[in-house]
Amino acid sequence: MAAPTVGDVADDPVDLHVRVVTPKRGVVRRLADVYAARELLVALVRKELKVKYKDSTLGFVWSMLNPALYLAVFYLVFSLFLKNGIPLFPIWLLCGLLVWNFFSVVLSSATTTMVANAALVKKVSFPREVLPLAAVGAGMVHFCLQALVMVAALLVFRHPIAPTYLWLVPIALVYLVLLSSALAVALSAMNVYVRDLQHLLELVLLAWFWMTPIVYPYFQVVPGLIRNGLPSWTFLVNPITPVVLVIQRCLYGAPVVNLSDPEPLVLLPDWSPVTMAIPLLIGIVASTALLGAAVHLFGRLETNFAEEM
Amino acid sequence: MTAAIVVDGVTKRFKIGGEKFDSLKDRLIHLGRVQPTEFWALKGIDLEIAQGESFGLLGHNGSGKSTLLKCVAGILQPTAGQVRTKGRMSALLELGAGFHPDLTGRENVELNGLLLGLDRKGIASRFDEIIDFAGPEVAEAVDRQVKFYSSGMYVRLGFAVAVSIDPEILLVDEVLSVGDEAFQRKCMNRVKQLQGQGCTIVVVTHAADQVRQICDRAAVLDHGDLIVVGEPPEAIRSFREHLFATGRGDTVGDLLDDPPVLDGEEAPPSSRRTLKVKVRKVDVRHPGQPDRAYLRTGEPLEVAISLETSEPIPGVNVGLGIRDVEGRMVWTSNTELLGAPTGPIADQATVTYRFASVPLLDGDYALHVGVVSIEDESVIYDWIDSMTGFNVLSTARVFGQVDLPVHVERT
Repeated sequence: MAAPTVGDVADDPVDLHVRVVTPKRGVVRRLADVYAARELLVALVRKELKVKYKDSTLGFVWSMLNPALYLAVFYLVFSLFLKNGIPLFPIWLLCGLLVWNFFSVVLSSATTTMVANAALVKKVSFPREVLPLAAVGAGMVHFCLQALVMVAALLVFRHPIAPTYLWLVPIALVYLVLLSSALAVALSAMNVYVRDLQHLLELVLLAWFWMTPIVYPYFQVVPGLIRNGLPSWTFLVNPITPVVLVIQRCLYGAPVVNLSDPEPLVLLPDWSPVTMAIPLLIGIVASTALLGAAVHLFGRLETNFAEEM
Repeated sequence: MTAAIVVDGVTKRFKIGGEKFDSLKDRLIHLGRVQPTEFWALKGIDLEIAQGESFGLLGHNGSGKSTLLKCVAGILQPTAGQVRTKGRMSALLELGAGFHPDLTGRENVELNGLLLGLDRKGIASRFDEIIDFAGPEVAEAVDRQVKFYSSGMYVRLGFAVAVSIDPEILLVDEVLSVGDEAFQRKCMNRVKQLQGQGCTIVVVTHAADQVRQICDRAAVLDHGDLIVVGEPPEAIRSFREHLFATGRGDTVGDLLDDPPVLDGEEAPPSSRRTLKVKVRKVDVRHPGQPDRAYLRTGEPLEVAISLETSEPIPGVNVGLGIRDVEGRMVWTSNTELLGAPTGPIADQATVTYRFASVPLLDGDYALHVGVVSIEDESVIYDWIDSMTGFNVLSTARVFGQVDLPVHVERT
């Protein structure tokens, strides 16, 4: 009994005023809805940031104090107590921490976002994917603030970066954002049904952190892997590793340090920029597919959101 | 006729369990053992609402009317079928639902506007109008966090934002009964103004009066089925008939949202009732139609009041009042005024008021019974408000409260 007006234009994405509510809403249309709500997304990111630091005096400074404290503690433990021998360890560490902080904060905040905004989800109609994506957006703002700490550290130590690798950094970040968005969307929807997910995630993230070459260099693990008959690229299966390696290679600069020592310390693989781009590009393709799958999953789970909360 | 809303075979299934197993542990423990009960809130609804039409969805609690509205709004997704809507839509399901307590009124207006689908420019240009509509109290507090707002201010701002987008489709779920009376009137005026601009309106309610007041057409839902779609009188009639048929509407209280507010004549506090004579029972009968639980306009009505006294008494004055839903007295009198004294009562007696014809139009009416001394009206034996009542369904093509015999001629 379709009326001619509504029925005919229902599939025309140009006419945004026609809406179709159906359980069979394709991924592309869902993404188009999210795009149409981009101003809302920006407003939600701003809300997120504003609410987070609403009554604090230092406000955004907290965003920068967090990595600064990590830095101090890890420097104390690894450089001074354990004497890992990596020169300018703070800069080394910051490379990985920047990436990890973004990833872990986005995932843990996005996971609870649907439940935390239950009032909205139950009473207002909007593309719900913007909620986890707003968590990604807020994470990006924090990332930029923390990157300022990094830039300051580079200037203070007059540390030379590896400029030939600089162009890989934006690619790595695009990949990181895509991957985080895909996981954020999927986790936020799943957490509506299985609330344990948010607690489980904390443990997973803790293990994941130590399985990523952030505190220790990549090349400290590779010999062990080879000794145990595992291929040397095993660690690259961890989707965060390529991002961390690129940032380290570019900003920390040197793949081998203590050259004057009889046994120089090898930190990073000495791959060419193009070689390093390969895992990133694979990652971008894979996480785009993953994002599509996540949005599809979100759409399937969304049908019962309102009554599950 | 172009359709603004097309509901096409919409089915909604809810899974309801005695308990909800949200945690992983519970899910694992109960894996495969607990079959959630399925509940069909909507069973294949087909409905078309034209552009500019005002449509009412009637039904008792659990009939699926709110679920249908939420599907149209896109808040719930149907299990099968689809809803197509054309036009900017605003849903008034809960006023101020999107407000964040830590943000200021101004920030919330912006966020809420975006949630409703406006862009920032659109919100900026409407901002003053929104605040103006919400009233001076809100205007003054616009840069304060809304957690410091009173619930009234919250609701007013919520409504103001929702209607400010000049919706082409407005969905209303029984929210027009919030706020103070003046604001309700303002809301109703705004709804009527939108109606005048050709806005399509869908109202979910169980108040038949609202449907009569606003709607061009109405549908009745029961247990997820669409029973009737028609003009308001027809739909209301079938809504009531259905209620009575299924035994849900046998007391007038079911149909009254709130107990009527008495105007002027307050019911005396129970401490003032001596209970020397007690009202044991009030029976409402429809002579000639004993099986039907409602009257048609013009039919006779009998109200039998059974009294009981603890000691013989020379007589009592038994009063009866009929009030409409809003608590206005439609008719009242007593046995002394009517010149029908009860005479002495030894232990029990029944006083019956017989109305040869009830000329009232559609509505729910409540009965009030008072028993006072014949010597001194201020000595109250017993007094009962709205214990029972009756319903009238009108078939007449007249509106208002009373069916006056009328004849129109042109000279």
